[in-house]
Amino acid sequence: MSTSVASPSGGPSLPSTPLLEMRGIVKQFPGVRALDGVDLDVRAGEVHCLLGQNGAGKSTLIKVLAGAHQPDAGEIRWEGEPVTLGDPQVAMARGIATIYQELDLVAGLTVADNVFLGRERSRLGITRPAAANRAAGELLARLGHPEIRPTAEVGSLSAAAQQMVSMARALSQDVRLIVMDEPSAVLDGEEVDHLFQVVRELTAQGVAVVYISHRLEEIREVGDRITVLKDGRTVATGLPARETSTAEVITLMTGRTIEYVFPERREFPGRTAEPVLEVRDLSLLGRFSDVSFAVRPGEVLGLAGLVGSGRSEILETVYGARRATTGTVQVTGRRLRPGDVAAAVDAGVGLAPEERKSQGLLLGEPIYRNITLASLARFARGGYLSGGAEKQAAREQAEALDLRPVDVDREVRTLSGGNQQKVVLARWLLRDCTVLLLDEPTRGVDVGARSEIYALIRALADRGVAVVVVSSEIPEVLGLADHVLVVADGAVVARAPAGELDEHRVLDLVMEGAAATDGAAREGDVA
Amino acid sequence: MSETTTATPPAGSTTGAADEGGKGPGLLAGPLGRNLGLVVALLLLCVVGAVTAPGRFVDVDNVLTILRLAAVVGVVSVGMTFVIIGGGIDLSVGALVALSSVWATTLATQAMAEDFHWIVMVVTAVLVGAGAGLVNGIVIAYGKLVAFIATLAMLAAARGLAEIIANRRTQIVQDRGFLEFFGGDVLGIPTLVIIFALVAAAGWVLLNRTTFGRRTFAVGGNAEAARLAGIRVQRHTVWLYVLSGVTCGIAAVMLMARTTTGSSTHGTQLELDAIGAVVIGGTLLVGGRGTIVGTVLGVLIFTTLGNVFTLNNLSSSAQAVARGVIIVLAVLLQQRLAAGGARPRKKARGAATPGSPAGALPGGSATPGGPAGARPGDSGGRPPT
Repeated sequence: MSTSVASPSGGPSLPSTPLLEMRGIVKQFPGVRALDGVDLDVRAGEVHCLLGQNGAGKSTLIKVLAGAHQPDAGEIRWEGEPVTLGDPQVAMARGIATIYQELDLVAGLTVADNVFLGRERSRLGITRPAAANRAAGELLARLGHPEIRPTAEVGSLSAAAQQMVSMARALSQDVRLIVMDEPSAVLDGEEVDHLFQVVRELTAQGVAVVYISHRLEEIREVGDRITVLKDGRTVATGLPARETSTAEVITLMTGRTIEYVFPERREFPGRTAEPVLEVRDLSLLGRFSDVSFAVRPGEVLGLAGLVGSGRSEILETVYGARRATTGTVQVTGRRLRPGDVAAAVDAGVGLAPEERKSQGLLLGEPIYRNITLASLARFARGGYLSGGAEKQAAREQAEALDLRPVDVDREVRTLSGGNQQKVVLARWLLRDCTVLLLDEPTRGVDVGARSEIYALIRALADRGVAVVVVSSEIPEVLGLADHVLVVADGAVVARAPAGELDEHRVLDLVMEGAAATDGAAREGDVA
Repeated sequence: MSETTTATPPAGSTTGAADEGGKGPGLLAGPLGRNLGLVVALLLLCVVGAVTAPGRFVDVDNVLTILRLAAVVGVVSVGMTFVIIGGGIDLSVGALVALSSVWATTLATQAMAEDFHWIVMVVTAVLVGAGAGLVNGIVIAYGKLVAFIATLAMLAAARGLAEIIANRRTQIVQDRGFLEFFGGDVLGIPTLVIIFALVAAAGWVLLNRTTFGRRTFAVGGNAEAARLAGIRVQRHTVWLYVLSGVTCGIAAVMLMARTTTGSSTHGTQLELDAIGAVVIGGTLLVGGRGTIVGTVLGVLIFTTLGNVFTLNNLSSSAQAVARGVIIVLAVLLQQRLAAGGARPRKKARGAATPGSPAGALPGGSATPGGPAGARPGDSGGRPPT
């Protein structure tokens, strides 16, 4: 069936004008430039893979494409015509459907209701459930899932089945381009194969697919061309998906677009001192297992690994933001209560979280209140705050970190990403932390401000703070850290002094680990 | 485009200056503009009162009546302000007032008061309020129940318990000392009004000058960030509801003095008046932002409105309609402000089309703003540059 439909609509064989062209797309949010000149062109009938680390701008880009965000600059052409995708309805009318990672289904409605939501099958305002059920059933059968009953309540379905309902919704209208945001994340091996089959059928009919995934082997299997995003920019576009080596793709994603100056490592004073942070056999069920490490005062430990390897979870568990299943965390010899952030903070641990805005900052509050949040007790006598001393202390930190502007009464939301990160760091500096955990410290930080953050981290270590840095950028880990742990799929696969590792060695380790465990997982699924 | 962006810093620096200017006690610092708007609304209401009912409105006794009426709901609203800024809601306040008043006027309690001192009744009322608030807080913070549901349940249960204890009868306060103390006045100002003023002042200090207050803003503004900064969010939440319960206990004492009774019907729909006052006072229902001054003004506006309506022989039904309209208008305004704060860009774009009306609202990052009209440069004025 598919082959007969394919040729007339102009499949991959006729790559004349691209179906979709995006040029120089810029999207600025308060404090951060999420897209900074993105180019993308998608041809009818191809699977175009969009790659990039978390925060590279993929989600923002697909929201622009779906009409949910308006770009501040740049041009979108649809079949060669410049278009404005003013809102999601406009995008849908053009035939652009988006299947989001968090599925946007109404759990309490039936499958058929969801498929035709907003375009209910009706006559004179009376819905025609039978017609809707039949049509939805046909769509699901076409997707290879006839077992999903159109009358079933969506909330009762598995994640994979829900995804198929989303897909059926996309197909229920005249769709030309489907954006799939990490569709395989919720699927097991067999379901992924099935998804690929569906994707191939769609492309054979001339539909274009923009496919987002972190799993490179999938991209090799289903993709035609690759576009890599990094820091809101397109770093490579139109790469052939099958011929481009994995190493090249990962280097594009994790490598440096610009060479950074890393601060010089010094012989840290505490080399012989007792470790301040000792993690033993720490495990979090389903995330990572048996992680052990120790950090001495003045040492920077780096955790390298890909997204989903468990690196952030390790940090959060050490901090007590997640409750460890087994294992212990000791700070200056005292054992921390698992799952108790306040206890960790009292013991002198600080965390600069990955999602700075949602986890780290009170965006509507002034800078000084964000800086003093973790050390309020210091400025209070019997709970009564001394406003002057508090502001003064915040101002000192702001000046020491060269925060711009130094006006501590300003709302944090008006600051750039780099300066927001400085506010988070200032919070822990003010507390005189002994252990500082940094999760992606340069995420969303303008390229220019990164070296400053690096210098700051090193200066902290020189003061005797034990620092743990998580980063998806391998050169960043290697440049900053004294020791490096390589994490792959929830396990530490290597540990070595940073000087003994190079980017390629780490890449190999990361990929070996990922490949080995991925294979195992697949086998496990079959068994 | 870059020029429009650079238009922001000057606006920011003026807010800084405004903040400096308004320091000292800092009572009106913060959302000065909004509170000023409320003061204007209250003054307008007074003008209407003075014009429609001259002689009777502008009268010391009438003003004291307004204040005395405002006192009970005012005290509860102060507690409510904390709960709402902390990201919660307390629907049980009216029922807690009833329960506290009944418990504090049982024969047993009154007998103890007679033997010892009427302070026993006060302590009982406050402890009952605090205890019920503690239950609210624990259920919400540790039981992870939605605050709306948990306090709705408490509303039903507490009033039911009050009925059981009182056996549906109104209990008369016997203690003369109690009635004389709370029914009296100091230099012509009723004790109830003084209590309200003290509670409001204490609430202001607690909110703006203590670690507790600061943490309340943090917990309501971004609970996850607060937790990761080492704040014990659950424990703090419990304290917020205890605080609200304590204000209910105090309000119960005041109501017992005003009516000389304890009754399971006391404080009916008090929660609506309190939440309404807090909301028109500019406190965001989603938490993280709000002021005590705004709440007090909100209470005064509601009470004055009622007084003006009564003096003009308008029905309480008409009054209820007017209250509803005021709440809607206040929340509409609030949403504009919140949207402006969260998405200044969109706001600026939206403001470009309708022109002047949007300029009247302090859009954008309006928190420490000056009076609304004084900062046209922020939202309304941005597009032309």
